[in-house]
Amino acid sequence: MEQLSGGEMLIRALKDEGVKHIYGYPGGALLHIYDALFQQGDVQHVLVRHEQAATHMADAYARATGKAGVALVTSGPGATNAVTGIATAYMDSIPMVVITGQVMSTLIGEDAFQETDMIGVSRPVVKHSFSVQNPEDIPSIIKKAFHIAESGRPGPVVVDIPKDMTNPTDRFNYEYPKSIKLRSYNPVSRGHSGQIKKAVDMVLGAKRLVIYAGGGVILGGASKELTELAQLLNAPVTNTLMGLGGYPGTDRQFIGMLGMHGSYEANMAMHHADLILAVGARFDDRVTNGVDKFCPTAKIIHVDIDPASISKTIKADVPIVGPAKHVLNEMVTLVKDSKKQPEKEAVDSWWKQIDEWRTRHGGHYRTDDSEKMKPQQVIEMLSKVTGGDAYICSDVGQHQMFAAQYYKFNKPNRWINSGGLGTMGFGLPAAMGVKMNFPDEEVVCVTGEGSIQMNIQELSTISQYNIPLKVICLNNQSLGMVRQWQDMNYESRHSHSYMESLPDFIKLAEAYGHVGMKVDKYEDLEAAMTKAFAMKDRMVFMDITVDPFEHVYPMQVPRGSMRDMWLSKTERT
Amino acid sequence: MRHIISVLMENEPGALSRVVGLFSQRNFNIESLTVAPTEDSTLSRLTVTTIGSDRVIEQITKQLNKLIDVVKVVDLTEGDHVERELMMIKLKASGQMRAEIKRTADIFRGQIIDVTPTTYTVQLTGASDKLDAFIETLGAAHIMEVVRTGVSGLSRGEKVLSI
Ligand SMILES: Cc1cc2nc3c(=O)[nH]c(=O)nc-3n(C[C@H](O)[C@H](O)[C@H](O)COP(=O)(O)OP(=O)(O)OC[C@H]3O[C@@H](n4cnc5c(N)ncnc54)[C@H](O)[C@@H]3O)c2cc1C
Ligand SMILES: Cc1ncc(C[n+]2csc(CCOP(=O)(O)OP(=O)(O)O)c2C)c(N)n1
Ligand SMILES: [Mg+2]
Repeated sequence: MEQLSGGEMLIRALKDEGVKHIYGYPGGALLHIYDALFQQGDVQHVLVRHEQAATHMADAYARATGKAGVALVTSGPGATNAVTGIATAYMDSIPMVVITGQVMSTLIGEDAFQETDMIGVSRPVVKHSFSVQNPEDIPSIIKKAFHIAESGRPGPVVVDIPKDMTNPTDRFNYEYPKSIKLRSYNPVSRGHSGQIKKAVDMVLGAKRLVIYAGGGVILGGASKELTELAQLLNAPVTNTLMGLGGYPGTDRQFIGMLGMHGSYEANMAMHHADLILAVGARFDDRVTNGVDKFCPTAKIIHVDIDPASISKTIKADVPIVGPAKHVLNEMVTLVKDSKKQPEKEAVDSWWKQIDEWRTRHGGHYRTDDSEKMKPQQVIEMLSKVTGGDAYICSDVGQHQMFAAQYYKFNKPNRWINSGGLGTMGFGLPAAMGVKMNFPDEEVVCVTGEGSIQMNIQELSTISQYNIPLKVICLNNQSLGMVRQWQDMNYESRHSHSYMESLPDFIKLAEAYGHVGMKVDKYEDLEAAMTKAFAMKDRMVFMDITVDPFEHVYPMQVPRGSMRDMWLSKTERT
Repeated sequence: MRHIISVLMENEPGALSRVVGLFSQRNFNIESLTVAPTEDSTLSRLTVTTIGSDRVIEQITKQLNKLIDVVKVVDLTEGDHVERELMMIKLKASGQMRAEIKRTADIFRGQIIDVTPTTYTVQLTGASDKLDAFIETLGAAHIMEVVRTGVSGLSRGEKVLSI
C-alpha cells in the first residue's frame, strides 16, 4: 500500500473524489499542504486575492454543477475571511467543502499565532464540521465531508486540519474509501407513497392550483419532472428567487417569481389559490409576506427533503418528506394512470383570471420619466444579446431583482445568486467559478457599483487565469436597494446610500489588463454589448449608467398579504 | 408547554456544543440540560427540558435530528415517562431548625449527607416540582446553596431509546 503524508493524502483524496479545481490562499498552517499541491498535477489550485472569493468560487461551481466545490484557506484570518462565503452557501443549501488550516494540535487553546477556533466560529453556518485528530483519518473524513455536503439537503462542511497532521515526514497507508456509512445520518431517498397519492388526488381535484417551486428543484435536479407534472396538469408555476430556471421562464405556464418582488400575477394567483403545491421551497419571509394573511383560501402540499422546512413558518396540510425528483416522478406516474382529470372548466377559468392579471402589470416599467437608461432595459438587452442562455451570476441589490425579473431563464443552474444571506460581493467570484468550469459558455456577472467593489480585487485573479467573463455593472451611483427603502419608508432621507468618489471602472479594468466599456445611452447599448460578447477571450467590464431613481416593482407592502403590492411609485393594489 | 427531550448522540468532541449552539442560535429555550455517556461508550445521552408551543417543539426535535452527531431524538412528554432530578441543598441548621430540617427532609424522603454544627446538606431526588416544593417549604432564609442536576427521564414500559 502507498505511503503518503497527511498533506499528500488530502490532495490525493480530493483527486479521488473527482475534484479538478480548488480555490484557495496559502499561509503558515497550510505550508505542508501547499508543498504537496506543488508536487502533483491532478488537482489545479486557483489563487484568489481574498479568501471570501475562494469560497464564492467553490460555491458557484456547486450551484452550476450540483457537485461540492472546494476551498482551501489558512488558519486565523484566512479562516475568518471565509466565514461569509460559508454562511452564503449555508443559507442557500449549497454543497461545499472548506478546508481550513489550524495551528499545531499541541498549541490549540494557547492563543497561538493565527489561531482561531474555526469549528466554533463556523458552527452556526455549517451542515457539519470535522477537526482532524489523526492524520490516518484524513481520507475517511474527506469522504464523509463530501457525502454530507452533497446528500440530503446539501450544505457546506468545514474540515479543520492542524498543521502537524500534514507533516511531510509522517507517512501512512493511503486508501480512499469507496463508500461511507454514518449511523446517525440517513437522508431520505423517497417520499411516503400514501402521502403522494393523497397529494395527487388533491391536485386533480383543485380548481385554482398553483405550483410554487423553489431552490430544492434546482438542487435536486428535478426540473424535468416539475415541468412534466405542471404541463400534465396545465397548472401555473411560480418560482422563488432560488428556483428560477427550474421551470422554463418563457413558457406560457410560467407566471414569474413570487414574493416581495414577485410578479403581480404570481402573487395574485398565490393569494387566490385553493391549492398550493410547494416543492423544494421553504416559505421564506421574503416570499410569504405577513404569515397570518398568507393565502387564506389555500390548502398546502409541501414537498421537501428536510422535514424541518415543513410547517416551519406556514403549516402544511399534506407534508411530504422526500427528494423532489422522486416525489414529482411518482406524481407524474399517478396522474398519468389516473382516470380523474383536472376539471377543464375550472382550469380554463383559472387561466382566464391569471391572464387578466398578467395584462394588468406584466412587468411594465416606465422609460419616459428619466433621460437615463433604465436598468430593466439593460437586462432585457442582455437577455437578447446572449439568447437567454448565459450563466447569470448576480450580486445583491436592485440589479439582482431586475436580473431575476427580466432575464428569462429556460434552464436550471444558470441563475446563480445569493438569496438567503444576500451577500454583496458574491457576483464576481461566482462568475469566475462558473467560467473556469464552463469555458465555452457565456458567463456574466450582473452587479452594481456598490457590490462590485466588495470583491473588486478579483480582477487580478481573472487576469492571472485568463477568465473571460463579462461584467455588466448597472451603475446607479447609489446603494439602490437601500435608497429605495429610504424613499419608501424614510421620506427619502438618503442616509449613506450614496456612493461618492466612485473609481473610473474603465481605467480600473484596464489597469488589471482587461477591457473597459462605458455606456451612457440606450441607443449605444446593443452595439456595445454585442461587441463585448464578441470578445471571446477577454474579460470585459461594462460600466452602464442607469437611472439612479428607479425602484424595483412590484413590491409587497410589509406585513400585508401576498396580494398587497406597490406596482409603481404611485400605484398600489 | 414544558417538554423533556431526550437525545442520543455520538460521544464526540464538539457534539454537545452543536446541540447547545442550536438552542441559542434558533432562540429555543433551555430550562435544564444533563449529559453523560451511556452503557455504550460511543454514545452520550442528553436530556433537555424546554418550554415552547407545539410549533416550536416540533422545530426543536426536527432541528436536533438534523445534527449529524445526533443519532435519535424523543420527546418523552409525548408518552408515559418517569423523570427524576437530583438536588443537593446546603441549609443553615442551628437551634430548632435542625429538627425542622430533618423532619421536612424525611417527609420528602431526602437524606442528610453532610453535617456540621451549623449546617445540613440534604440530598433529594424526584420530579422537579417536588424539589421546588422542598425549597419553598424551607424558605429562602435558611438556604445557603443549591445545586440541581437537571432532569433525566425514560419512557415507561418496553419503549427504549437506542440504536
Ligand atoms: C434583495 C433580495 C430580495 C429578495 N426578494 C425575493 C423575492 O421577491 N422572492 C423570492 O422568492 N425570494 C427573494 N429573495 C430570496 C429569499 O431571501 C430566499 O433566499 C428565497 O426566497 C428562498 O428560496 P426557496 O424557498 O426556494 O428556498 P432555498 O433557500 O432554495 O431552499 C431550498 C429548499 O428546498 C429543500 N431541498 C433541497 N434539496 C431538495 C431536494 N432534492 N428535494 C426537495 N427539497 C429539497 C431544502 O430543504 C429547502 O427547504 C430575495 C433575496 C434578496 C437578497
Ligand atoms: C455585504 C453586504 N452588506 C450590506 C448589504 C445590504 N445591502 C443590500 S443591497 C445594498 C445595496 C447594493 O448596492 P449596489 O451593489 O450598487 O446595487 P443596486 O441596489 O444599486 O443595484 C446593500 C448595501 C448586503 N446585502 N451585503
Ligand atoms: Mg448601485
